[in-house]
Amino acid sequence: MGDPSTVTMRIWRGDTNGGGFEDHDVEVSSGEVVLDVLHRIQATQAPDLAVRWNCKAGRCGSCSAEVNGVPRLTCMTRMSILDPAEPITVAPMRTFPIIKDLVTDVSYNYEMSKRVPPFRPKPKPPDGHRMFQEDIERVQEFRKCIECFLCQNVCHVIRDHEENKPHFAGPRMFIRYAELEMHPLDSGDRRDLLQEEMGLGLCNITKCCSEVCPEDIHITDNAIIPLKERVVDRKYDPIVWLGKAIKGRRSGRAE
Amino acid sequence: MNTKTAENRDGLAASVRPRFQTLRRDRWWRAPLVTVVVLVGFIVYGTWVAFANEHYFTDPYLSPFYSPCLASNCAHVTLPVIGDWWTLSPALLILPFPLGFRLTCYYYRKAYYRGFWLSPPACAVTEPHRRYTGETRFPLILQNIHRYFFYLAIPFPIILFVDGIRAFSFPDGFGMGLGTLILLVNAGLLGAYTLSCHSCRHLCGGHVDVFSRSPVRSRLWLFVSRLNVRHGEIAWVSLFGVALTDVYVRLVSTGVISDPRFF
Repeated sequence: MGDPSTVTMRIWRGDTNGGGFEDHDVEVSSGEVVLDVLHRIQATQAPDLAVRWNCKAGRCGSCSAEVNGVPRLTCMTRMSILDPAEPITVAPMRTFPIIKDLVTDVSYNYEMSKRVPPFRPKPKPPDGHRMFQEDIERVQEFRKCIECFLCQNVCHVIRDHEENKPHFAGPRMFIRYAELEMHPLDSGDRRDLLQEEMGLGLCNITKCCSEVCPEDIHITDNAIIPLKERVVDRKYDPIVWLGKAIKGRRSGRAE
Repeated sequence: MNTKTAENRDGLAASVRPRFQTLRRDRWWRAPLVTVVVLVGFIVYGTWVAFANEHYFTDPYLSPFYSPCLASNCAHVTLPVIGDWWTLSPALLILPFPLGFRLTCYYYRKAYYRGFWLSPPACAVTEPHRRYTGETRFPLILQNIHRYFFYLAIPFPIILFVDGIRAFSFPDGFGMGLGTLILLVNAGLLGAYTLSCHSCRHLCGGHVDVFSRSPVRSRLWLFVSRLNVRHGEIAWVSLFGVALTDVYVRLVSTGVISDPRFF
């Protein structure tokens, strides 16, 4: 795509009352991303097109949408990877209620975020807390999350089953739980909450969240599966339970 | 220029609800289809081998489907813990353990939930089920016993490695054939598959919060984590490895091919 070429962008337009796809023929230049083209359409053909965006650098997680059916950040999706011979569809994230055009109401995620029990530090020893890089390295991966909610959007547990929303935290929140559970200074235990109220058992580890993560966080392998294993320690593994009970009795602590 | 088409945001009219609703244009169906074909092929072959009860041993090679051979009716007994009363194939005594390990494996779960149960068939492709309870109820809640199958699976690669060592001992003395190499590679692949398991990763050190206080566990966890990144690939390669090792032993045993000797 050297010189400007024309492509057809098929964009979903509508609001809570419904809507449909609208075709826009638009020029595309070399190096442009989908968000550039959406802005051109906004500037030249559809000034009322609603698009949520902010940094245009893959850092803010605002411009999430579904390009040719694949959940992506529009600011990080180069036009050159899309086939210009066919109309390029851009649709809003399907899992969340529509506000207007490509803008969805993602407040479900913030509601779930409020339900995460916060960091509870261990009592401070006289010489203060000490942490080493190896202690914190594992949870640093989870801090890369930009909250684009593409993982929440693609997760079939809520994407295809709206009824699961009240009792399913979703992949984004699971990495938050993992971050707290694996934190060397946290004293909280969220395993019962995860299994009984946050729907950890609903995840069938099909890894779509990891596939769409623009930060390449290994959500399933490094957060969800380790959380499931910790829940097994707590609820389903009599050997671990017995070992901890004996250890607790020896050290005079009740499990 | 713009034209509007009356469609919902799935790209299809709401009245037309096909099974796999998606706007994806790539061949998303290819991966689940390949999974189904390969796994069905393995299940059919494995079932036939398990019940065949012949041509699984040709001195000094023992098929991994029949190792360890625990019944006294074995062509090559590893440990005679089961007496003459067992008249069925000795493979049936041991296969439930590696089968359970693979069936509850986190990687295979992804593969068969997508391929067989279509839940979902691929990312951003609508699944056909009306209700979904995941792994919260019986029988899928039993997936949580994966670590017990891991414990039970640990001896298998070790036993198969011993079989590989024994495969240097030919009736005419010490030697090495292509079969020896195949048996050793198969044991190595199964060892890698077992070690790279997510439960193994957790038990080695994943449950530890302060790695600096557990340096041995920390190193173990790092080692297993490096393998774990490739768990999916190792799962497939080791599956093919087991089947091909059995095919090789079977072909040598039936005289279809002769085993080339290196020395």
